[in-house]
Amino acid sequence: MTARVGVVTFPGSLDDRDAARALRIAGATPVPLWHGDADLRGVDAVVLPGGFSYGDYLRCGAIARFAPIMAEILPPAAAGRLPVLGICNGFQILCESALLPGALTRNSSLHFVCRDQRLRIESTDTAWTGDYRVGDEPLIPLKSGEGGYVADAATLAELTANGRVVARYAGANPNGSADAIAGITNEHGNVVGLMPHPEHAVEELTGPSTDGLPFFTSIMSRLVGTPA
Amino acid sequence: MHIDTVARAGQSPDTSQPYAELGMKDDEYARVRAILGRRPTSAELAIYSVMWSEHCSYKSSKAHLRQFGEKVPASAARTLLVGMGENAGVVDIGQGYAVTFKIESHNHPSYVEPHQGAATGVGGIVRDILTMGARPVAVMDALRFGPVDAPDTRRVLPGVVSGISFYGNCLGLPNIGGELGFDPCYTGNPLVNALCVGVMRHGDIKLAQAPGPGNKVVLFGSRTGPDGIGGASVLASASFDDASQAKRPSVQVGDPFLEKLLIECSLELFAADLVVGIQDLGAAGVSCATTELAAAGTGGMRVALDRVPLRDPRLTPEEILMSESQERMMAVVEPGKLDAFMSVCAKWDILATVIGEVTDVSPEEAERGGRLVMTWHGETVVDLPPRTAADEGPVYQRPYARPGYLDALNADDAVGLPRPVRGAELRGDLLRVLSSPGIADPSWVTSQYDRYVQGNTVLAVPHDAGVVRIDEETGLGIALATDGNGRYTKLDPYTGTQLALAEAYRNVAVTGARPLAVTNCLNFGSPEDPGVMWQFAEAVRGLADGCLELDTPVTGGNVSFYNQTGDTAIHPTPVIGVLGVHDDVSRRIASGFGTAGAAVVLLGETDDEFGGSAWARVVHDHLGGLPPRVDLAAERALGALMAEAARDGLVDAAHDLSDGGLGTALAESVLHGTVGARVVLPGDPFAALFSESAARALVAVRPGREEDFAAACRRHGVPATDLGRTTGTSLVIEGAFADGPIRLSADELRAAYEGRLVADTER
Repeated sequence: MTARVGVVTFPGSLDDRDAARALRIAGATPVPLWHGDADLRGVDAVVLPGGFSYGDYLRCGAIARFAPIMAEILPPAAAGRLPVLGICNGFQILCESALLPGALTRNSSLHFVCRDQRLRIESTDTAWTGDYRVGDEPLIPLKSGEGGYVADAATLAELTANGRVVARYAGANPNGSADAIAGITNEHGNVVGLMPHPEHAVEELTGPSTDGLPFFTSIMSRLVGTPA
Repeated sequence: MHIDTVARAGQSPDTSQPYAELGMKDDEYARVRAILGRRPTSAELAIYSVMWSEHCSYKSSKAHLRQFGEKVPASAARTLLVGMGENAGVVDIGQGYAVTFKIESHNHPSYVEPHQGAATGVGGIVRDILTMGARPVAVMDALRFGPVDAPDTRRVLPGVVSGISFYGNCLGLPNIGGELGFDPCYTGNPLVNALCVGVMRHGDIKLAQAPGPGNKVVLFGSRTGPDGIGGASVLASASFDDASQAKRPSVQVGDPFLEKLLIECSLELFAADLVVGIQDLGAAGVSCATTELAAAGTGGMRVALDRVPLRDPRLTPEEILMSESQERMMAVVEPGKLDAFMSVCAKWDILATVIGEVTDVSPEEAERGGRLVMTWHGETVVDLPPRTAADEGPVYQRPYARPGYLDALNADDAVGLPRPVRGAELRGDLLRVLSSPGIADPSWVTSQYDRYVQGNTVLAVPHDAGVVRIDEETGLGIALATDGNGRYTKLDPYTGTQLALAEAYRNVAVTGARPLAVTNCLNFGSPEDPGVMWQFAEAVRGLADGCLELDTPVTGGNVSFYNQTGDTAIHPTPVIGVLGVHDDVSRRIASGFGTAGAAVVLLGETDDEFGGSAWARVVHDHLGGLPPRVDLAAERALGALMAEAARDGLVDAAHDLSDGGLGTALAESVLHGTVGARVVLPGDPFAALFSESAARALVAVRPGREEDFAAACRRHGVPATDLGRTTGTSLVIEGAFADGPIRLSADELRAAYEGRLVADTER
């Protein structure tokens, strides 16, 4: 039993093959989805991968949000029916789409930063983090120029109060994110936005760890049940 | 608009033309007139002036570069699928895969406008690799700047790094390493050398050629704008006296998003077999692409220049020909496949325009060098034999002579410098070397580069070489390193260049890869200075001889002259890139100590060699004497040993010894790993710690495999000296010196290593 998980390629998507590889390693069947097609090809869940969709022109994610594929994703995602994981640029697209609150802004250092980052898992009550335990500290690459999460005080308070902060940066805050937020979820727990890149931490050979794999096994557990 | 047509050129033979302003010599201009049998039109003059420029024609270097074709290593016949002369050489790495790689300079643009200069340097080399039919899989960059605290460096360095970061990251190419060096000689002359490597199947190689009369010539990618056309404005103002054409940017502006689309679009075009010839537009833009494609094809081509899509409709034919607008490609397409070609471009939102077609040439025309005709709204503005522009440019035998200062420089040996004796002095000098820019932690720079994208990066910064997985099933992979030490080369360009080659070879070898092939970027001062030309001649001779002895063919390269301010040239700085192959990349060896209880072994022989060393530079600000001795047979033996050690799993860690010697290598092995070490220095502790003798490496032998490793060392004839064991977290160094041992905690090492660059670069 497997699950079909779509990976959207926008013009300028970069980590789409990587996300597909991570899904494959987790046992899922990755399905390529094209930004210009209003067709989800019957997938059970969707990953919006990292990259610079549309060159990050205007604002990161601002143009991708209007792609035909997004019109198919938004209603079921907002209703809690379609699990969606937005990684980096994908997180930015989810914020631009208002599926998630807040926005991602320029890193406080004003530089792009690529580093192996320790996170603290804050919520396992989502479609994408069920295989973690709260308090786990996975080591996952962070690589972004606009990764500073911002939201108004009320939103931040609400996210924390309702367990909607999925992960925080452990140790020094690498990009100035409010409350050291690395990832958040929506009220249904089906949509997760994450700034670091778990798809780059799924193999010993190429990652700093394999700590990112549970993001992808979690969706398998959710969709097809935990294997015996 | 007043157009200088061929007809008009025939009628006005005595019109004065601004060839000198375009950089052409009197005799070069005379030769153009002889070739054409009339004066050139201003469009033709534009073509010849850029195609015969130093940058495009290699007219000063060609006479020396021929050695790479004469001293051909035996392995070339086996491994080189495409040799020098194409956009990039292609190397067989086995299992049906081929790799193409090349390094190119963008020094001058990066000085003028650091961010865009460096960004478009990456863009240009990536298109070279793409043009061969390969998917680009990684980039590296070799950078040299003035002193860290020089005002010029504070302007140039952050801009260059942000340009590489902006462009490379946006293309989705992992940056897997490179170099970062500082020396006063690069103040005002930074070196920005960008390398790209791409992968393809053997059958997918594409060539820059235009065969088949009737085939369409298609320009695709960005519109052509008025960027990068310093020379054309000379023509324009001389011909047209139009004030509006005056000030235009001579540095190109990059759009990495468009380049990313161009990559995906081109690879889809290749996969569907929709092109018969392809060329990227880099230096000399449309001039270069049309003349080179035609020259390598039937020799005939007809182009309607007015069909070139423009960003600025006021551009003249001359400006279109010389524009270096980025993110453009030219393809030759069979008429029957044109619709399919266009629809792939449309899918990727890439503008594509048929601007001409391949034509037949008569035997007489072929004899003259083919026939390239360009029209502008129906009038002929170019009618020239393309081979005369692309292949038959001038070749100069520039005078060269050993510089007079060299005797005194070589006589000023580092042997006379006061040396540290006691433990505290050795410790102090080690920390100074470790914290010096060029050796200290480069992560202020490298953390701005994405090293993870594509998910195949096995090793990157801070390891000796970048290692990339090519095939997930078989584990086939490649290793790449670049090296160059201008200080060594200044002291002795022949030896210094071989040391750069040897170091890059060794960097690849210590990861366990088999070195296969070489690329190079030769950064020098003015070729019109006989002393500089001598440095160049010696460097090329050293590289050709070295490659022959190491059996690693040169696949291509790039020459950058005129890196000087006034009469003062940079240190001659050949940057050498070596490509190696891993049959199973999971057996690669990293540089950090990772297992306690491993025997720490020094491979190779250490002599008292301090000429051009990091110690002499950092502690005494001294450059003199002779660089370390080169022993390429020893490098080969070390390489063979390391390949075997990787295959048989004999070592846990390996690190090449170079700048700073053993002391720096020990510190880095602790810093890059998780375990410390306790070692005893053999012989003179100062020489042991700081000498820069070549053909050496530091390894940590896997516990239990000591006997096997010692036997392998004997078999390969590599001297091995047991230094101690990995243990704890500190570095403890004993030896024949007073008030020892030297104890350096990981925190002390880290503070020295990490401190300097960040503090000095951040304003």
